[in-house]
Amino acid sequence: MSTDYNGYITTERIDATGDGALADVTVAVKDNISTEGVRTTCGSAMLDDYVPPFDATVVERIKAAGATIPGKTNMDEFGMGTTTETSAFGPTENPVAEGHVPGGSSGGSAAVVAAGDADMALGTDTGGSVRAPAAFCGVVGIKPTYGLVSRYGIVAYANSLEQVGPIAPTVEEAAQLLEVIAGPDERDATTRDASDAQETGVEEGEGAYDYVAAADGDVDGLDIGIPTELLDGADERVTEVFWDAIDDLESQGASYHEVDLESLRHAVEAYYVIAMSEASSNLARFDGVRYGQSGGYDGNWNETFARAREEGFGEEVKSRVLLGTYALSAGYHDKYYKKAQDARAWIKQDIDEALDDADVLASPTMPVPPMELGESLEDPLTMYLADANPTPVNLANLPAISVPAGETDGGLPVGLQLVGPAFGEKAIIRAGSALA
Amino acid sequence: MSDTENVVDPEEVRHVADLARIDLDDEEVDRFTDKFADILAYFETLDEVPEVEAEEDLANVMRPDDVHDGLSQAEALDNAAETEDGYFKGPNVS
Repeated sequence: MSTDYNGYITTERIDATGDGALADVTVAVKDNISTEGVRTTCGSAMLDDYVPPFDATVVERIKAAGATIPGKTNMDEFGMGTTTETSAFGPTENPVAEGHVPGGSSGGSAAVVAAGDADMALGTDTGGSVRAPAAFCGVVGIKPTYGLVSRYGIVAYANSLEQVGPIAPTVEEAAQLLEVIAGPDERDATTRDASDAQETGVEEGEGAYDYVAAADGDVDGLDIGIPTELLDGADERVTEVFWDAIDDLESQGASYHEVDLESLRHAVEAYYVIAMSEASSNLARFDGVRYGQSGGYDGNWNETFARAREEGFGEEVKSRVLLGTYALSAGYHDKYYKKAQDARAWIKQDIDEALDDADVLASPTMPVPPMELGESLEDPLTMYLADANPTPVNLANLPAISVPAGETDGGLPVGLQLVGPAFGEKAIIRAGSALA
Repeated sequence: MSDTENVVDPEEVRHVADLARIDLDDEEVDRFTDKFADILAYFETLDEVPEVEAEEDLANVMRPDDVHDGLSQAEALDNAAETEDGYFKGPNVS
């Protein structure tokens, strides 16, 4: 079943293999998550006929829990974008805000859920790619703590930052999908058992993975920290809706205080330097020999590789691979990559300290409402700056949820982001469930 | 274009593209030269970041080196544009 807003790249149905918490539920899957026998393009011409010979661990888990996969969703090419406009399969339109982008890079996943064409969806979040589209489409998205969910079978963009996350209409449903996909995987050595790792957020008598039970909407006594840096640059239409949502949480028994986290001013540049550097290395595998667009057989390896990559990669991917190569090259490594790692450590320290004095941190998920289609492609730097609010969370390896906070006067959805301590998914689910 | 000293020139873009093994046409080189100047000027703000002692919480993850089933040769070759006698077919090495 294709959609008129271009939410899916492939609409081949994949049946459940078992029966469980997701019986009779449809879960759409972002097209950078491997599905055995069903093509997985990453939104790129490079992989437009690539068919994985195995399932990602998260796909195995949702199928075993009874989910049917209705299709593979549209995305920015290799996850590189904030609007789902860099896809080689054309942009996705926001189904709840005509003429606007759905956010990205998991824009197809959020769009099919918002339009009711799938009950839930999986996305991946490297610098906001689950939360941004959830916010722009008026649905819920969770970026789990780094290491909570297996990345086995995810086509890598920036390994040290990315996690698979659920998208659903309500916090409780997103929590349900997270319960199914979370937990250690021997095929991904960066996964950790939340039962061992967890120091905070577990209520008496609950297991570490009982996320659905945590969606009880109880925010009485919740202490919210609000980083001023994430509001200063935000659009007024967004901050109005944000403060209304904070008022709502206050009326339910929560309280808030503002915090200054100077390091967050450097999150966007640190994120882009690190993500581009990792991408330049990860995407070196696309040589057109073992899979992907072939560069033909004229000339030597270097010439045919370079031709395959010229033809297979789109503008934004080339741009990020080149900038990442530059940032890691002799003479520039210390200036860019090393400084970005310092910024990452600083941001992590700052947020961890703020979470010593607060249960969760809150901000608008995105500092701007959904852009009009075509608006941001011409000006990449402006698009990058829109990632100011989601990127600190990836740099700090922490969990965050985006819940619908309301709409602007013009009817555009606005998301509220709640950030918790490492493996504190329950804290953000509990707080978020008071709103959606 | 940025007016800082750190601007990139077209030769540098060509050099990086060569390192990254991506062919670019002249139009792309011009476009990327302008674009990279803007983005790199923005990255300059990283100079304000202090040196930070990171306290990494790292542990080795080990497992027994047990043999188990993997992909068959046919499955592994299935996505290749060309294969020969059960091998991937690549261009000349030099």
